[in-house]
Amino acid sequence: MTFLEKHLEDPVRLRRMKRWFYSGLAALALSEAVVPRLFHAEPADFCFEDFPAWESIYGLVSCVVIIEVSKLLGKLWLMRPENYYDS
Amino acid sequence: MTLEWVHPGLVLILGAWVLPFLKGRAKRLVMVLLPASALVLCLRLEPGTYGVVHFVGQELVFGRVDRLSLVFSYVFALLTLLGMIYALHVDDDAQHVVALTYGGAALGATFAGDFLSLFVFSEVMTVTAVLLVWLRRTSASVAAGFRYLLLHVFGGLCLLGGMVLYWSQTGSLTFGNMSPYTGSAAFNLILLAFLLNAAVPPLGAWLPDAYPEATATGAVFLTAFTTKSAVYALIRGYGGTEILVWWGAAMAVYGVVYAVLENDARRLLAYHIISQVGYMVCGVGLGTELALNGAAAHAFSHILYKALLFMGAGAVLQMSGLRKLSDMGGLYKTMPFTLALYMVGAFAISAVPLFSGFVSKSMVISAAGESYRGAIFLVLTLASSGTFLHTGLKLPYYMFFGEDRGLRAQEPPANMLVAMGLAAAACVLIGVFPTLLYSHLPYPVDFVPYTARHVVDTLGLLGFTALGFFLLLKQLDPEPIVSLDTDWFYRRGLSASLPLVNRGLARLESFVGQIYDVVMQRYVLRAATRLRELDASVIDATAVGVGGLTQTLSRGLRTTVTGNAQYYGLMMAAGVLAAIAFAVFGR
Repeated sequence: MTFLEKHLEDPVRLRRMKRWFYSGLAALALSEAVVPRLFHAEPADFCFEDFPAWESIYGLVSCVVIIEVSKLLGKLWLMRPENYYDS
Repeated sequence: MTLEWVHPGLVLILGAWVLPFLKGRAKRLVMVLLPASALVLCLRLEPGTYGVVHFVGQELVFGRVDRLSLVFSYVFALLTLLGMIYALHVDDDAQHVVALTYGGAALGATFAGDFLSLFVFSEVMTVTAVLLVWLRRTSASVAAGFRYLLLHVFGGLCLLGGMVLYWSQTGSLTFGNMSPYTGSAAFNLILLAFLLNAAVPPLGAWLPDAYPEATATGAVFLTAFTTKSAVYALIRGYGGTEILVWWGAAMAVYGVVYAVLENDARRLLAYHIISQVGYMVCGVGLGTELALNGAAAHAFSHILYKALLFMGAGAVLQMSGLRKLSDMGGLYKTMPFTLALYMVGAFAISAVPLFSGFVSKSMVISAAGESYRGAIFLVLTLASSGTFLHTGLKLPYYMFFGEDRGLRAQEPPANMLVAMGLAAAACVLIGVFPTLLYSHLPYPVDFVPYTARHVVDTLGLLGFTALGFFLLLKQLDPEPIVSLDTDWFYRRGLSASLPLVNRGLARLESFVGQIYDVVMQRYVLRAATRLRELDASVIDATAVGVGGLTQTLSRGLRTTVTGNAQYYGLMMAAGVLAAIAFAVFGR
């Protein structure tokens, strides 16, 4: 897939892609805050959903919490060397 | 069994035995035709009750056909077809026969209207699933297969015990809504058996233990049948069981936590089966029409996208020989089609709009919303973020992108790509035209997945999950480790307790030995001596007497009979001549 290769291995294009990614995220968060008001969307089931860009914030928080908590659990308790069950 | 009812499962189970007698193109044709005809049979089935057999005073129903069993039968038959196409290049009849039997048994369990036939088909599924693990023919797979077998035998016994109790309570074996028996031992035992099959923690460690050890093609079948048959049984019998709401939600997060730590590609995907089945179990617990529809719909789309993901990981395993993320990287250059098709599955499981997971998972989450269960709603949404994080970002990143380790594995054989392409097409088709799926769900569907709010919310959730992933990428680097799961208890915990058990066993053994000595020496040996004396005095004397008599008789006979054949012949001829003479002249 030369298209991907071209974009991933060229630092200039990669930087441009990152910029697109960040602006896409900004657009998403913005539209999440605006779209329900513009389209008179159905009322949310919970009041917290009406917080502007709720799902975006929750997505980011979820991701960070999942990674950090899992890694912590792993380090403190769950992770063992690969040959743990063979030894 | 009349002509209007041909059991689709039976077609697979019996038809599978034709394969060893075929070769080349004919074999490949039958490998596709068998599941295709099972699918056609399922599609042509009309709701009703078929295949009723009377057995020891019980009515066994092999064909309970209703909307719930039909929708599961469609996807089981379809998956068997896709799995067989994926396995077309494999030159191992045993695997094909076992896989087809596994699919047939799953259909059998789906159409079973009573506990006994459900039990029998579940056991067939257990045996065939174990064989698919064993047929990888490595020592690790043999060990994992045994662990799988032991756990499922336990589950099978729970089902059997529950079934017997249920029968003694009701006098019937009919499998239906179990809520009238809530709290009874039968209710709990049968629920336990289904939960074990659905891989609900802490009973679910067998799944990530065994599935990654199966053959590359066999794992595709494994992902679909056992857990989703259990989900089907839960929908059938345990809708609205409150504990399942919490258990399911916890399960959805549990799989996600383990997936962070996991290094084996297929084991990571296996943990996400647990996570996704969590949504279904939660939907069953919620018990509303929307929730049960959601559980069935999510099972349907899950089977297809999870098979696709396992096909992708299996293709990488087969072509590169690698299974650990820490060894992979840079494969996108040589396996672009595999990457693209894998990503369709990844988008589907992550519930990206226009892919199948979006239209099914949202039913369960919305059902939690409609029931005003805020905590469940938040937990399930968090697990959605985790799903995208691992299956949509971490796994493809480390498998196909990441650090280029100079691997130049090529694309898999065409049949594998075709199977992946068909599964991907199904994922997109359901995502774009959800009514294709909704129209077959058990209850009428009044749910619109594509609302402006829902679409932007989902995209926001997924987009910012991706942001979190890239920000914390360094922390996610796979490490060569294994994570402790509840299988520790029977893999290490039991062996740690072995000396203790041994001591107890030794004591028991000496006790049994003493009893043995007493019983043997005092009674058995004495009785044996008496018998020997009887044998020597009476029986031997009789035998000697009979022998002597026979000898005397035969000596006497020898003196009267010369034993020369010519004399006998002469005498016979003389006799015949005398008879003729008498006949002619004697009148």
